[in-house]
Amino acid sequence: MPNGTTTVDVGEEQLPARPGQERGTLTGWIQDLVYTVDHKKLGILYIGMALVFLVLAGIMAMLIRAQLAFPDGHVVSPETFNSLFTMHGTVMIFWVAMPLAFGMANYLVPLMIGARDMAFPRLNAFSFWLTFFGGCLLFFSYVGAPGLYGSGGAPAVAWMALAPLTSRAFSVGPSTDYWSLSLLVAGIGSVTGAINIMVTIFCYRTKGMTLSRLPLFVWMTITTMFLVIVFLPPLSAAQIMLTLERYLGAKFFDTQAGGSAILWQHFFWIFGHPEVYILVLPAFGVVSEVIPVFSRKPIFGYPMMVAASVLIGFISAGVWAHHMFAVGMTSFGVTFFGIATLAISVPTGIKIFNWLATIYGGKIRLELPMVFAIAFLFQFLIAGLTGVMLGVAPFDWQLNDSYFVIAHFHYVIVGGILFAVFAFFYYWYPKVFGRMLDKKLGFWHFWLFTIGFHLTFDPQHIAGILGMPRRIYTYHPGRGWELWNLISSVGAIFQALGIIFFVLNLIWSARKGKVAGDDPWDAWTLEWMTTSPPPDYNFEKLPEVRSRRPLWDLKHPDDPDWKFE
Amino acid sequence: MSSETLTAQETDWKQPSPRKVAMIFVILTESALFTIFVVAYLFYIGKSLVPPYPHQLLHFPWLGSVLLFGSSGTIMVAEHHLKKGSISGFHLWWAITFAAGVGFLFWTISEWIHLIYQEGLTISTNLFGSTFYSLVGLHASHVLVGAFLLGLILFMSLTGRIRHYHHEHVEMISWYWHFVDCVWVVVITVVYIISANS
Repeated sequence: MPNGTTTVDVGEEQLPARPGQERGTLTGWIQDLVYTVDHKKLGILYIGMALVFLVLAGIMAMLIRAQLAFPDGHVVSPETFNSLFTMHGTVMIFWVAMPLAFGMANYLVPLMIGARDMAFPRLNAFSFWLTFFGGCLLFFSYVGAPGLYGSGGAPAVAWMALAPLTSRAFSVGPSTDYWSLSLLVAGIGSVTGAINIMVTIFCYRTKGMTLSRLPLFVWMTITTMFLVIVFLPPLSAAQIMLTLERYLGAKFFDTQAGGSAILWQHFFWIFGHPEVYILVLPAFGVVSEVIPVFSRKPIFGYPMMVAASVLIGFISAGVWAHHMFAVGMTSFGVTFFGIATLAISVPTGIKIFNWLATIYGGKIRLELPMVFAIAFLFQFLIAGLTGVMLGVAPFDWQLNDSYFVIAHFHYVIVGGILFAVFAFFYYWYPKVFGRMLDKKLGFWHFWLFTIGFHLTFDPQHIAGILGMPRRIYTYHPGRGWELWNLISSVGAIFQALGIIFFVLNLIWSARKGKVAGDDPWDAWTLEWMTTSPPPDYNFEKLPEVRSRRPLWDLKHPDDPDWKFE
Repeated sequence: MSSETLTAQETDWKQPSPRKVAMIFVILTESALFTIFVVAYLFYIGKSLVPPYPHQLLHFPWLGSVLLFGSSGTIMVAEHHLKKGSISGFHLWWAITFAAGVGFLFWTISEWIHLIYQEGLTISTNLFGSTFYSLVGLHASHVLVGAFLLGLILFMSLTGRIRHYHHEHVEMISWYWHFVDCVWVVVITVVYIISANS
């Protein structure tokens, strides 16, 4: 510990204190977070914000499940139900999953490439606060939207806000404007953040950290941020058109004036499908870091992993209309988008096989990050398989807009992305706070959440095949949906319990957790070289990077990786 | 940037300039934004239900194009002077570029005033109006930002704050200005050639 001469009293065990890290007043701490341009603090802010919104949107999901638990339910009113699923979807995508991706990249990328901060630290803070205020704007619709007009409330147009439902005639009051403006504000924040991360990766690597030696998490981040830069603007453009239509009477999506409501769907999904990969690629990155470290083997097929993620990025540009098979299109269109959708499962499959090959023959340590990563592998595989099923157009015509689709993408986003995010927490929490997350609470979290996840989303596949449409307020008994919905709702309670254990663990371990040390997992990437938590300047001195596992080289000077690369 | 101190002594370790990489990505994301508006314009050609139609109103924008394309040349001359260290030459050519940018904005304003008050075409008239004003307006807003940047550099330079070693900062603004020019090529093709003749 370079500067560790004094200690501060935190719990039973002591963390060595460093200058500027003493415990101050609460206002001083908040002031520090508001003023900061440090990539680590902004990363924590991003992730903390995402967790708050995760709980809020999770409560909305609980209300949705309560409403659907029994046939002919009346827990909430139909109008409230519409705004609940709209807000749940919008918040989970734009203020939970995306800030998590940005938070993880913010915290880890400069540490992994051996930089002292992001390329443009003040722009970084700007990006975060835009995202944050966008979220505030969306939630302000609860009080702001009914205020002046006496109608409306939270947006109730579903997260894809199909035209012409969003026109003045069908969504009265300003609630839809809150939806569109908050997404515009957060979208600008995301694009500036993505540019910042890209510049950091390309221009601020430490000596010897060539592109072919970047950790896989950084490579996945490059692909993610590229997708943000290229495919977020279509959404912003569509939002601008929608706002022009609602305020200045433009005719873009107005079918009465010759406009096309389908065009909105195209614009939305040109953004919407790459968005799925914007969310899932950071999860791939986390899993690609966790699995090698806990299998005690270098990643299998590094170049193929990089090529596969870049390929996913490219193919994702040409699959958007598979969300619109049921709208109707030419047979050439159906064939093209069907084939592209099936083709994208090839690079994804390569990744799954590479992860399996990394685990195969390894000395597996079943620590919490690894447990979540293994669950990710199983669940993401199933999510991919239902994705391939939906990519077949005739199958999609049958099940489009049914609970089967809901089950599919919740398998991707919860079973895949969220499980990888949990692996992220258990793996890097020791680096961020200097203390380990508690193992016992962690396994409670894992089992409760995994059981809850399967109870909730497995039966929805069946309900969907039995014909239950998405977004319905309630249903009559006798269609065979009762049991599946009840199981789903019970599962939601398990998931909520799991999240409670998780949040308790986060708070408890920050004070009382076992002191982690610099490198608790015996890992190989650069962030484990510095102290936990890292100092403001990240690194005092860095070795020249000569291989993909710089820390392995340092720990094993007699058997370094660079001899074999 | 702080990591420059880390890499400063290691002269054999070269990485691209952050300014250039950032500007490339800014241009990329702006191109994506424009693409959607261009697609909307192309998609709605000939789909307006009520007049006026493009071929009745649009004339080839000679004045605007000469101003904008000319400014792309003068900004390069200005850059050349700055690189050589001739600040007075830089002032002259940069001021001409700035004037051309502002001139283009005035030309757009006069075109729009004519279209709105003489021809009665507004954004809510028909699909042509909606797509025309949104696409051309988006481009004009980028010219506005560019003109602001040009004016800012002119002001800083006249007050003695720009030196020859700032040529890369200045070059980034010229990259942006060239990009705005390229978009104008697309706008001319789509709006003033394809739709005005269909």
